[in-house]
Amino acid sequence: MSEVILQVRGLRTAFHTEAGAWPAVDGVDLEVRRGEILGLVGESGSGKSVTGFSLLGLIDPPGEVVEGEILFKGQDLRRLDEEDMRRLRGNRIAMIFQDPLMTLNPVLRIGEQMMEAILTHEDVSRAQARERCRQALAMVGIPAPDKRLDSYPHEFSGGMRQRVAIAIAMLNRPDLIICDEPTTALDVTIQGQILYRMQEICRTHDTALIWITHDLGVVAELADRIAVMYAGRIVEAGPVDEVLDAPRHPYTRGLLDSMPANARPGARLRQIEGMTPSLSARPAGCAFRPRCPRAVERCAEQAPPVNLEGSRSFRCHVPIACENTAA
Amino acid sequence: MTSHHPPVIELRNVHKRFEQRPDLAQRLLALAGRPIDRRTVHAVNGVDLAVAHGEVLGLVGESGCGKSTLGRIVAGLHRPTEGEVLYQGEPTANLRGAQRLAYVLGVQMVFQDPQASLNPRQRLRQILAEPLKVHRLAPAGEIPSRVERALSAVGLERDYRDRFAHQLSGGQRQRVGIARALMVQPKFLVCDEPVAALDVSIQAQVINLFMDLREQHGLTYLFISHDLGVVRHISDRVAIMYLGKIVEQAPAAEIFSRANHPYTQALLAEVPDVRRRGRRFVPIKGEIPSPLNPPSGCAFHPRCPHAMPRCREQAPALEPIAAGHWSACHLNTQT
Repeated sequence: MSEVILQVRGLRTAFHTEAGAWPAVDGVDLEVRRGEILGLVGESGSGKSVTGFSLLGLIDPPGEVVEGEILFKGQDLRRLDEEDMRRLRGNRIAMIFQDPLMTLNPVLRIGEQMMEAILTHEDVSRAQARERCRQALAMVGIPAPDKRLDSYPHEFSGGMRQRVAIAIAMLNRPDLIICDEPTTALDVTIQGQILYRMQEICRTHDTALIWITHDLGVVAELADRIAVMYAGRIVEAGPVDEVLDAPRHPYTRGLLDSMPANARPGARLRQIEGMTPSLSARPAGCAFRPRCPRAVERCAEQAPPVNLEGSRSFRCHVPIACENTAA
Repeated sequence: MTSHHPPVIELRNVHKRFEQRPDLAQRLLALAGRPIDRRTVHAVNGVDLAVAHGEVLGLVGESGCGKSTLGRIVAGLHRPTEGEVLYQGEPTANLRGAQRLAYVLGVQMVFQDPQASLNPRQRLRQILAEPLKVHRLAPAGEIPSRVERALSAVGLERDYRDRFAHQLSGGQRQRVGIARALMVQPKFLVCDEPVAALDVSIQAQVINLFMDLREQHGLTYLFISHDLGVVRHISDRVAIMYLGKIVEQAPAAEIFSRANHPYTQALLAEVPDVRRRGRRFVPIKGEIPSPLNPPSGCAFHPRCPHAMPRCREQAPALEPIAAGHWSACHLNTQT
């Protein structure tokens, strides 16, 4: 197996309010290896994006990473000062966001923004930097990259802008890219093009990828491993095939059952009752208990610990047995 | 489709063009004698469509294909530039008085973003009572009980009547959007991406609600979505739209098992499927063209793997290829 590039242990990120500190991320463990694609799945408010932002030290007050270790190639990122973190960001670890318009500077030509990303981290000539930018745009499939370097962000379509964001993320050949819902706003045919590019880039450069999304379908097709988040915790993780074919946690089972793809057309969907608890009203014990069909008394009293089983892990007092889950 | 009933909604050769209004600079230049270059978006470009009583027609397409504009035309929110809309066999443009009201109330719309379509300063009971008051459909004394019945029909507790929209979750807000549409007892709902903004587990609840309501009230839906999984689940028939035109139309089971049009085939291949693992992505080429400047001939030809010289020159017509299955592709008429 390839080297572990990122290891997260007991990450807690809280948001401080007058009523107290609410943990949006509440004890998350993660591991990503070189060249591996990890799908981090969850619904709105599950803490998946806050987890991604925490890894890069992008949490602003009133939010704060309060606990845990973020080991990137063995080095704890929480111990780095802001200057060292800056050297790492966009260089060894890059991030791609859902809305590239938010991250591209509207008044700078694409070429200038891209060159800045290189020149910040490396001492190369402008001509060399520009040539690398041109190659990066060509790599993500932008036609006439030479000409496009002189375009402004608004002159690109949504799908093209996301390609530019990928090209920028790839400029310094990072070891890890964190992608926060990068294809959610795109149409399916355009999403397919982006997924193709990302997959190709990861294979050829052995880049590790954390793909944050609510779309189980994308994760099923793209990822090697999956981590399912609910109310700030990873409730189940493991290889994609094993988790999706035989989930152990009732929430994962519920998510799969509520997808139209897994039901007979026209039949009632097996919905998960209720809704995700808000940050300030998370139930004690297991946060999924009020919606869980399998809940027992213990679930209300005690948060389930992480159960390890081979390459898989889950947090549940009454996990679904392996043999009963073929359906 | 039953033959003795006219379709609830029928569109005949409907076009909708939007013209850019000249801005100040252009108007000033026009005074100086420079002609105004008006850019026209052909959002809907010759659509024929019929929705039978009790049917769910799924309308699928990507951004900018005109599916929402078509939905708004059906609901009477846009007037077609050309062509006609028939409600229960009558052209809606000719309807007056009570008949016009029957159409206006009979076809209601559910929007994608309930946050934007609910008045933030009204309580739910005011939001839901409004249509009854505006159209004088119920005496004042009956309104509270009608509001309560509507809330319970969409699965919301009675206490919610005093809440504001911002005090609800996304799924609950969409339920209110549906309840409001149902207040006037419509026959037909135009649902424009009604579950696109919802989480998977909440999406299932709202889809179930749509299916229950259809059964209880005998409703007919035009269900607009970009999500083929959702459309497959809820629809009896499916129409696929690309750049203002319907390119394929068939019963749902048929379209998902025997897609004919290359665009439909590409769409089906690209939809992420939780049962498919470790996929090697092979993308379809090209961008979705701008409706400001659509390609000649068949609008899909620049992206189509089967494109022939003829496709560049001549737009294919929507032709029957099997019972109830229509497709607009030159491949079908090749000899």
